[in-house]
Amino acid sequence: MMDFQYGYLLNLIVYLPLAGALVMMAFINKENSTALKTWATLVAGIDFVISVPLWFLYKPDGAEFQFATIKEWIPSVGVQYIFGVDGFAVLLILLTTLLGFIAVYCSFTAITERQKEYYVFLLLLQTGMLGVFCSLDFILFYVFWEVMLVPMYFLIGVWGGPRRLYAAIKFFLYTLVGSVLMLVGILTLYWFNANGLAAIGLEGLGNEPTFSVVHLFTIAGQIPPEVQFWVFLAFFVGFAIKVPMFPFHTWLPDAHVEAPTAGSVILAAVLLKMGTYGFIRFSLPLLPHATIKAVGWVALLSIIAIVYGALVAMAQKDMKKLVAYSSVSHMGFVMLGMFALNDAGLRGSILQMLNHGVSTGALFLLVGIVYERRHNRMIAEYGGLAKVMPLYATFFMIITMSSIGLPTLNGFIGEFTILIGVYNHSWVWALFAASGIVLGAAYMLWMYQRVFFGELSNEKNKDLPDLNRREQWTLIPLVVIAFWIGLYPKPFFERMAPTVDRVLERVAVAMPEQAPTAAEQVAEIAHAPAGEETGERGE
Amino acid sequence: MTLEQFVPFLPEIVLATAGFIVLLLGIPLGRGGVRQLSIFGVASLMVTGVLVWLFGRPADGPALILGDMLVIDNFAVFFKLLFLAAGAVAIFMAAGFLERFGYGGGEYVSLILFATVGMFVMASGASLASLYVGLELMALSVYVLVGYFKLEIKSNEGAVKYFVLGAASSAILLYGISLVYGSLGTLDLQQIRDSLTSVPTSNPMLVLGMVLVCFGMLFKVAAVPFHVWTPDAYEGAPTPVTAFISVAPKAAAFAMFMRLFFGAFASGIDHWRVVLWVASAATMIYGNVAALTQDNVKRMLAYSSIAHGGYVLMGLVAFNQTGAWAILMYILVYAFMNFGAFGFVILLESKGYAGEVIGDYAGLARRHPGAALGMLVFMLALAGIPPTAGFMGKLYIFSAAIEGGYVLLTVIAVIMSAVSLYYYFRIVVQMYLYEGDEEGAEPAEYLRDRWAEVMIAICIVITMLIGVWPAPVVGWAKTAASALGVM
Repeated sequence: MMDFQYGYLLNLIVYLPLAGALVMMAFINKENSTALKTWATLVAGIDFVISVPLWFLYKPDGAEFQFATIKEWIPSVGVQYIFGVDGFAVLLILLTTLLGFIAVYCSFTAITERQKEYYVFLLLLQTGMLGVFCSLDFILFYVFWEVMLVPMYFLIGVWGGPRRLYAAIKFFLYTLVGSVLMLVGILTLYWFNANGLAAIGLEGLGNEPTFSVVHLFTIAGQIPPEVQFWVFLAFFVGFAIKVPMFPFHTWLPDAHVEAPTAGSVILAAVLLKMGTYGFIRFSLPLLPHATIKAVGWVALLSIIAIVYGALVAMAQKDMKKLVAYSSVSHMGFVMLGMFALNDAGLRGSILQMLNHGVSTGALFLLVGIVYERRHNRMIAEYGGLAKVMPLYATFFMIITMSSIGLPTLNGFIGEFTILIGVYNHSWVWALFAASGIVLGAAYMLWMYQRVFFGELSNEKNKDLPDLNRREQWTLIPLVVIAFWIGLYPKPFFERMAPTVDRVLERVAVAMPEQAPTAAEQVAEIAHAPAGEETGERGE
Repeated sequence: MTLEQFVPFLPEIVLATAGFIVLLLGIPLGRGGVRQLSIFGVASLMVTGVLVWLFGRPADGPALILGDMLVIDNFAVFFKLLFLAAGAVAIFMAAGFLERFGYGGGEYVSLILFATVGMFVMASGASLASLYVGLELMALSVYVLVGYFKLEIKSNEGAVKYFVLGAASSAILLYGISLVYGSLGTLDLQQIRDSLTSVPTSNPMLVLGMVLVCFGMLFKVAAVPFHVWTPDAYEGAPTPVTAFISVAPKAAAFAMFMRLFFGAFASGIDHWRVVLWVASAATMIYGNVAALTQDNVKRMLAYSSIAHGGYVLMGLVAFNQTGAWAILMYILVYAFMNFGAFGFVILLESKGYAGEVIGDYAGLARRHPGAALGMLVFMLALAGIPPTAGFMGKLYIFSAAIEGGYVLLTVIAVIMSAVSLYYYFRIVVQMYLYEGDEEGAEPAEYLRDRWAEVMIAICIVITMLIGVWPAPVVGWAKTAASALGVM
């Protein structure tokens, strides 16, 4: 189940940014801006470079978790230090290290105050995020999950926009409430494994108290449905807030709008993925009964998120807010594909996670670039920008196309695969999902039109400089990946395939006796949103 | 009774003697000798620590001494060492503070030592009588400490409130003890335990006795609805005293609580469990919610301390092995993080005593990055955010409650600990997100005091170390709790 070869690699990747941050705190003078930037870039860059081997060394036909490390941490309560990744986590780690580097690199001119603290927090955040994707022990996972909140809080709170205090504490409290409830779920699972199994007559299956996820996978089938239900609910709150799913999404627009560019990029590209990662890694395989029971409700919420997010995005006057609401819509897609609980849906869901990271990350970068020049994000302030900033307009075009799912670009592959999976489950869902794509195209293209075409009416925009070399290089990697996934997604699918197969296998444990009722429920509930949606659109 | 029986009692004897010596030395030294007396006091605490380590852990299990009045076991050792550490930190943190405000050190140090003796007896009492005597010795010393700034009206007010309510609660406790004695005919904890297993526990006099003892103890740990004295006493007391009473006497009260309810009254659990459940939930909710609106840092930390008492009570409600050692772990962790936080409050009290509001911390990160970072660590720890010790403490308490099946209580606790983040972060917001030069801002001056800084540094190191590597402390707490013989 676990392969310990190259186990040091993950540790290196996770703790390098932490070490970099500590060195920076101790040795680099806060006035020396060049040294700070160089060091941060170097650390984030090296971190990306050393994470690249994961792509090549990962064996899709090998053990479930590779590059593993197991050490005792708190032996008397069964907490272990377990690192290990599967293909799914490898992809997210690469996304994180790449965007972590870009986040540092894009902040050179945007951040002029308290630079030392800024880069220290960015690097600490990097360690937290990477740790979440590597941890296979619940307590370890939880530690990284929460550690990450602190630097993000400061990034929004110190370097954010005018309402930064409100946005930062809202982000922190929302996520914290979710994660503490998740902790209750974790502890319930832990005690069920330690004491509960014996109580239901399954002694000897795993009474060693442990927080090891790998071990808990093996008892997943034995957990009684009512226990699963409550644990699922606890996990659901934690992960759904992070995704964020409707109606837990209200922190997101605030946090995104107020955060500095790099903060928004990381938030959109990586932090939101933690919610969906949590679902795929923990909720689905550990709680199959509850998952199948929840399909209808999750699908309902996802569909609401898709349509509602898109409609709200369309009404936005602020570019950043528009992109933020588009995230709600896109993450709804990811959730819908995931809870189709079939091969195509889950693959598409995972791929769409990466796509969203790439394209929304890039969109926030792009919005940040004009914001830095004009200190204004209102769409109405712009118009005809294509004339003064042709290069910028080109990049923006490509990313817009990637976001709305134009063939040859990444978004298309992800959305198409999700649609196949969703259609297999229910054509009603597919109908709503497809309408979300249409709306997505509408608000993105409409924004593009208003910002880049038409008369260059605003005097202030007349001599905006086009992208400089550094700004181009923050975007080029993302554009390359967008085309790569769009034209040749096979390597990505290959790497996620083992994860998808295993998750489905584990969910299938609960299928036989549950399948007919679940399908009925789904059919029943899938009709419910129909009424609400039309009502909403009628408004 | 032979002289040998007094050997395990040596720590208490040494400590009490040292207390008297300090008291006597304080007279000629007057206001000048704070530092010397502090060093003497801490040295005596260290000597006591060595004695506790040598004689406190009999090789052949728990031993009863002095006519079965005191028990010598690992549980007592755990708490005694904790009290000694708390006493030492309280003495060293106070030195600069007392000098600044022109008060002498003799009475302060000796009262801390006497209170520590009282707490020793509370942690190792094997009879209701000795427990009560220990409690009163501790309480009387602490009343005086709260009123130590005799020229400050607030200090007097706090002391009087604390004394009146404390005396009343002692009376309730004593009445409960007498009812228990009346129904069972013994004060010995072991005998109470044995007779409770054979006698039906539904005797109303006995039940009333147990519940009254429970109320008395709830008062001592400042649980809702017996908490009303806490904010005033904490705010009025000189800050090092606040730090001390929010940690050590509370820990001692919990030690006594555990001796009584995990030991003597264990079979009567059906009668007191629901009381504690309600008290725990109410304490967490009230403490955290009331802290949200406090502008005075000391008062806010007082409410936060009430709330933390509620978390610890969860371990008692859970009533299992995990709960027992989780309480020890939590108290240990809480002691260091709370002392650390109060340490910074002491160093930032530049505008006179008990006068600082949260806004005074504005821009601290700019002017004193080290202090702000330290305070941040303690705020995160108090809120229970990993990788600090605060998280490790909460984790085990919550784990114990879940094991006991108290999911609703745990959900209340986790939600409340998320709420607590808001008020702890009000301080962080001031330190990091404000510059301190806004209109109307009067940032507090940071007063250098080497001794207090060293103590804070120790607290930071321990808080982070337990957060990252809790295994040794967990092991120690487990051993100590197993001496209690729960289940």
